[in-house]
Amino acid sequence: MSVALDKPGDPAAPARVARSEGVWHAAWRRLRADRVGMVSLVVVLLFVVLIVLSATGIVARQWQREVGVPSAPPSIMGPAAKTEAAAIEGPKGPNVDISDVDPLAPRYKEWEERAARYKTAEAPKAQTLPFGGDRLGRDVLAKALKGTQTSVFVGLLAAVVATLIGTLLGALAGFFGGKVGDFLEWLYSVFTSIPEILLLLCFAAVFGRGIGSVAFILALVGWTGLYRQVRAEFLKHSVRDYVRSAEAIGASTASRMFRHILPNVSHVILVRMSLLVVGFIKFEVILSYLGLGVGVDDVSWGTMLAEAQSELILGHWWQLVAATAFMAVFVTAFSLFTDALRDALDPKLRGLE
Amino acid sequence: MAAYLIRRLWQMVPTMIGVVLLVFLLFKGFGGDPAEILAGLNATQQQVEAIRQQLGLNEPWWVQLWINVKQIVTFEWGRSWATNESVANIFATRLPATLTVMLPILILDALLALPIAMWVAYRRGSLADRTIMVITTVALSISFLVYIILGQYVFGFQLGWFPVQGWSDSVLKNLVTYVPLPVLLALMVGIAPQTRLYRTFFLDELGHDYVRTARAKGMTERTVLFKHVLRNALIPILTNIGLALPGVFVGSFLIEVFFSIPGLGREVILAVNRSDYPVLQALTVYLAVLTMLINLAVDVLYKLVDPRVVLK
Repeated sequence: MSVALDKPGDPAAPARVARSEGVWHAAWRRLRADRVGMVSLVVVLLFVVLIVLSATGIVARQWQREVGVPSAPPSIMGPAAKTEAAAIEGPKGPNVDISDVDPLAPRYKEWEERAARYKTAEAPKAQTLPFGGDRLGRDVLAKALKGTQTSVFVGLLAAVVATLIGTLLGALAGFFGGKVGDFLEWLYSVFTSIPEILLLLCFAAVFGRGIGSVAFILALVGWTGLYRQVRAEFLKHSVRDYVRSAEAIGASTASRMFRHILPNVSHVILVRMSLLVVGFIKFEVILSYLGLGVGVDDVSWGTMLAEAQSELILGHWWQLVAATAFMAVFVTAFSLFTDALRDALDPKLRGLE
Repeated sequence: MAAYLIRRLWQMVPTMIGVVLLVFLLFKGFGGDPAEILAGLNATQQQVEAIRQQLGLNEPWWVQLWINVKQIVTFEWGRSWATNESVANIFATRLPATLTVMLPILILDALLALPIAMWVAYRRGSLADRTIMVITTVALSISFLVYIILGQYVFGFQLGWFPVQGWSDSVLKNLVTYVPLPVLLALMVGIAPQTRLYRTFFLDELGHDYVRTARAKGMTERTVLFKHVLRNALIPILTNIGLALPGVFVGSFLIEVFFSIPGLGREVILAVNRSDYPVLQALTVYLAVLTMLINLAVDVLYKLVDPRVVLK
């Protein structure tokens, strides 16, 4: 019977031979049909290009150079109105020659000669900059680009690390259960019984600042939700027939966990991970604002907002607008993309938060 | 009920031990040397040594852990390293300010988000629904910092409706003068995610069979919504409020820092900046206890809202 079916020319044969659509392929098809999802994907990809350009130093390499006058306004506003500084009145009395009592007098000439040997060039400072300048005259556009790189990088790195922790622990807890599961459940309950923000600040107090340590802190605090979901998926899958079949043909435990089950739950992990990115970016901004985030030599959206607060009172709104606009566009696009991704990968979840 | 409560309380013990261990190991293993933090930069070796002796830092770690546990059980955390104020006193004097700001936020948040979410869920797919969803998505993507910075600038500095920041000793004056602006800003930020969340809860309930049955019986829409759907949707909403409650006690520390409100949240930030470990440790441990107790209270509350729930 089966021989007859496999015979070439049989109308049933192509349907049997053609592979059924894979989960990733189907997801991509659904995602392509989602207009909002595709637009946000394009925006996110544009940001990725910008981040790569700024990370490789092609743009915004010299964001720390003071290229404009302090608080240079954006070009569309024209240069700032000159304020007449009241001239300091010079001394009126006669110039007294004190060189005979001045102990340094004999060396003035020598110092002048030595100073003349150094060449100094007066760098022309721009009166206006495309997006304005900050308090020191640094280009706000370059800062915003560099800040985007820092903030997004921290968010992504933290999300990847949190995903690794959560997936590994969740897989162990879900697959083995028993003593291992109990221990990990206990660990989970310990981490979730402390309010997230307080745990974050405790870690920040201990580990100090810097891009790496912020990402590490965020990951240490943020793995719990993902762990819970991966554990539930592994619990469900570990008793399924395909896993038992794999065991029957002698697949090792590790192979069953990571070669058989993991690909089947990876779409859940991917969705969770992209949800984490947005949350981590927001936390990084807050930590950096409070001075617990990236180091003093780095710029992120949070440090820009911290500077913008005092500038705003003087009427210099451009740094605030630049940082807010970059962040709002990226986070909105990324959230919408995450929603579309979730709908595409897991149609059952559509409409849920 | 009593048996349930006792068992739940008993189950908290291992978690509590875990929290104490985590906090102990974190500050012991990774934090700087307390003696050097306390002694300052110009301390001599003898001074550092004396402080180590005094804090019991020369003892083996299990003795230190025991000291730590004793401190927790007796509520005797000693004094802040930075200001020498007793930790108990810090709690007692900072908590009222935090509650004065945070309780109005929590209550108003729920009261405002509930009707909006219900209305939006009821009119699902309409222009109003989609408009509000778009607004909340954009509102969510702007950092809370921006709301506060702009809010203080516009309402406090330009329009002069509220003082930019400040605090007084009288609760009434605080509520009338200093609290409105932070509450207003927190609501602007908080309502968006709350509405989205509650909307999904309502949508979930609206799709159930009992709603169709109620409508088929000829009940008015008002009865269906308020007597049937609302009561069922209250369960996840209560969970959500329960989850937010422990946060109330730390206060939104951002609000307290920006508005110079002398509450617990600002104290935490100060403690982090000064490496003031006793304050941080005490706060973390007690808030963990509080979180667990609130979770238990929420579970008991379910029983009141939904008689079908069986407490096991």
